[in-house]
Amino acid sequence: MLCHNPFGDSGTRIMTTHATTRIVGDSVPRKEGVDKLLGRARYVDDIEREGMWHGATVRSTIPRGLIQTIAFDRRIDWTEFAVVTADDIPGQNHIQLIVADQPCLADGRVNHCDEAIVLLAHPDKRKVREAVDAVRIEYEPLPPVFTIEESERRNPVVWGADNLLKSFLLEKGNVDSAWAHAAHIVEGEYRTGAQEHLYIENNGVIAEWSEQNGVTVWGSLQCPFYVHKSLLAVFDLPEDKVRVIQTETGGAFGGKEDYPSVLAAHAALLAMKSGHPVKMVYDRIEDLAATTKRHPSRIGHRTALDENGKLLAMDIDLATDGGAYSTLSSTVLSRATLHSTGPYVCPNVRVRSHSWATNTVPYGAFRGFGAPQAIFAIERHMDEIASAIGIDPIELRRRNFLHDGDTTATEQVMREPVIMDRLLDRALAESDYHTRRAQFARDNRASPIKRGIGIAAFYHGSGFTGSGERYLNSLAGVDVTPEGKVRVLVSSTEFGQGTNTVLTQIAAESIGIPYDDVTMAPADTGIVPNSGPTVASRTSMVVGRLIERAGLQLVAILRDAAGLSEHFSREEFFAACERYRAIKGDVVSLCRYEPPPGIFWDDQKYRGEAYPAFAWSVHVAQVAVDTVTYTAEVEEFWAVQEVGRVLNPVLAGGQIEGGVAQGIGYALYEKVLLQNGHMANNQMTNYIMPTAEDVPPIHVFFEQIPFQHGGYGAKGIGELPHDGPAPAILNAIKDATGISFHAIPLLPEDLFAELAKQSPAEETATV
Amino acid sequence: MSASWPAIRLTVNGETRTVNVPPMKRLLDVLREDLHLTGTKEGCGEGECGSCSVLMNGELVNSCLVPALQAEGATIQTVEGLAVNGELHPLQKAFLARGGAQCGICTPGMLMAAAQLLTVNPHPTLAEIREGLAGNLCRCTGFIRIFESVVEAAASHEDKQAAHAR
Repeated sequence: MLCHNPFGDSGTRIMTTHATTRIVGDSVPRKEGVDKLLGRARYVDDIEREGMWHGATVRSTIPRGLIQTIAFDRRIDWTEFAVVTADDIPGQNHIQLIVADQPCLADGRVNHCDEAIVLLAHPDKRKVREAVDAVRIEYEPLPPVFTIEESERRNPVVWGADNLLKSFLLEKGNVDSAWAHAAHIVEGEYRTGAQEHLYIENNGVIAEWSEQNGVTVWGSLQCPFYVHKSLLAVFDLPEDKVRVIQTETGGAFGGKEDYPSVLAAHAALLAMKSGHPVKMVYDRIEDLAATTKRHPSRIGHRTALDENGKLLAMDIDLATDGGAYSTLSSTVLSRATLHSTGPYVCPNVRVRSHSWATNTVPYGAFRGFGAPQAIFAIERHMDEIASAIGIDPIELRRRNFLHDGDTTATEQVMREPVIMDRLLDRALAESDYHTRRAQFARDNRASPIKRGIGIAAFYHGSGFTGSGERYLNSLAGVDVTPEGKVRVLVSSTEFGQGTNTVLTQIAAESIGIPYDDVTMAPADTGIVPNSGPTVASRTSMVVGRLIERAGLQLVAILRDAAGLSEHFSREEFFAACERYRAIKGDVVSLCRYEPPPGIFWDDQKYRGEAYPAFAWSVHVAQVAVDTVTYTAEVEEFWAVQEVGRVLNPVLAGGQIEGGVAQGIGYALYEKVLLQNGHMANNQMTNYIMPTAEDVPPIHVFFEQIPFQHGGYGAKGIGELPHDGPAPAILNAIKDATGISFHAIPLLPEDLFAELAKQSPAEETATV
Repeated sequence: MSASWPAIRLTVNGETRTVNVPPMKRLLDVLREDLHLTGTKEGCGEGECGSCSVLMNGELVNSCLVPALQAEGATIQTVEGLAVNGELHPLQKAFLARGGAQCGICTPGMLMAAAQLLTVNPHPTLAEIREGLAGNLCRCTGFIRIFESVVEAAASHEDKQAAHAR
């Protein structure tokens, strides 16, 4: 049963369901919640396989160079070990992602510290770790580059012909014509640092290999079919000889989008060489040193405004540090580019964006995927503009917000309702913004604690960028087992955000049976269709819609072919399924993605419908800056958003709160310190995330406007909350101290450097 | 080979267990590898994240920092011992209803920290909850719903006591 039209998205549809749903919109308990609470959920490190060995990785200790010799210490009996180098790879020595530039194992040269060169496996986990130190690699070092600026100088060239991983040019109107008649021109440069995902479960996989079955991998991962594709190339195997199964996954945040393709290939190579199942679970030190982080950025804004504070032109120069290989840098750069102008109307826009190669671990996907960097810059810049031209920052934003019918920088017409004004009003009211701001201004004068309040306004595009969803061409659905369970068939994975719960809610709703009658099929490439990767805030909206359609289609087919009546009980539904099974066989309903009407993206001109839908938000942060200890603390936080229909309020609230907490860490705590291109603070002891004592009260408010092409009206939610905290917090710090900070993370030493320059008279007055 | 190590006796979730392990083996590994109690998780291996939290003689400890020999004769409680006869502990019920668990990897340790907190302080203030859970890192929830879950569990405990009093 493959869905064609009756429930497709090519026509318009009137949303009548939201008022009458039984399960969608209700905070049903998390599907796998009881297993997690009892401690019986099986994460990869909880799984043993018969005869299993343990793998470990020998990594480069220099950022760039040629490998001269690989020597194995004779005091170790290497016959006990499986040893794998690039020579053992049966297929292609690269990780399939977008560009095939990243080797699975370094062959002859290394391009970053901690790059994998040799793999070892042994039955004893402790012995294999010790053996790593007994492999000595000698190099002929080559000069590295570590920063965007060094890479831009192209001396040396460390990647391709010119160090440039990717560039985009986004143009609307004519920016250069706007400067001459502008009333104001405001410039600013903003920088963001790398950020580590710090999922509490490190990356890990178990791999098995046999001549007959090929490669099987179990692992902590987001995208089973990404890993599948990568393994096909590394092993040169046909599709049915590679199987990838997701195990319970202890957090991901994008950090298990691309890296598991590398780790799975490593473990599978060791499994093939040793003839045993091989487990590779990183410890924290290795995970922090070797896996992806958020791209650092440098974003320059030059903005022209008229005398009323209306935007005339935005000229944006956006650069990211991509690390040693291209991995996902092109798509991260694209999303950064498309979020760099903020939720504003501007007739003339030019965004020149570049991603540069450096000799560090490749930067990768992380919640927000380029948007947090871009939104930090534009939302800090809006406050800079406001003070430069003497307008209230709230008022400046209000005068320039996008509304229904306006066009974005890519000429996308806003066809869905845009309610930034309403979100802003609600955020100001809920936070009592004006009262607090006035109160702080009065109190700060006599206090060493300076309080301030700041905002950020932003959108986040839901789903893949541009033509992405068309290319993905996702397939998803439901089936009914002979045991009388409806199963959701997707490769979309659960890693805390609620995929299992929301998709089973949708299936139960659309079929019309209880939530408890629906379960998830295992995220196993041998069982489920490819519903696309679990990224880009696409699961509820895009995959959810496919499940909604598949459920409706199943009921229609059972009515047609198995005599299911108009109104039915759950018993009648399952009886009809068994009648259908007896006549026609398996009870399955699958639906394929159909783009909403009028969505077209021109890859060549980089123009058109950048996203099928946008989620919108306003954040308000209240901070206290202690001018004695130089610490900045977020005291209270408000997040108001429109994410379409909220399918499960408890889960949705948890997404917002968790994203805000990560955003607070991004702004004030989390610094990746690189020394010679190696992460020097690769421990939880010195890479600091917000704890239970650091996170402020977070007040979450939803405005709901169902999106007719999303699962029961849903749009994207997962990444949105990470976009706003950093600019809102630094805007609040400016309100508190009068000092504009242009870079994150903003640590006490950075505060000290600026605050110490302030007039000492003010400090003595407070003593 | 393992038999050559001295026996270490400990009581885990009410059962007496004997293991023959190297004396410096981490309690975390004894629980996971020798006793197959994989509910206790490793997050950092250096006592920062609290994912491996268990109760040892009623005290909250990071089991990655406790050598097996130190657990000789000790009473250990892990997440597997929280539910009684299949009935979820009030904290587990509250975490389920309130969204206190997302990815679940910090949850066992968080539950043990919360259980210990409620044992010593049945009616903690929000500030006391924050302090009591400050050694347990959660990257998913931003902690807000974990705090709410602990508050709810404390309240349900109170309800039960009130019911008994009647």
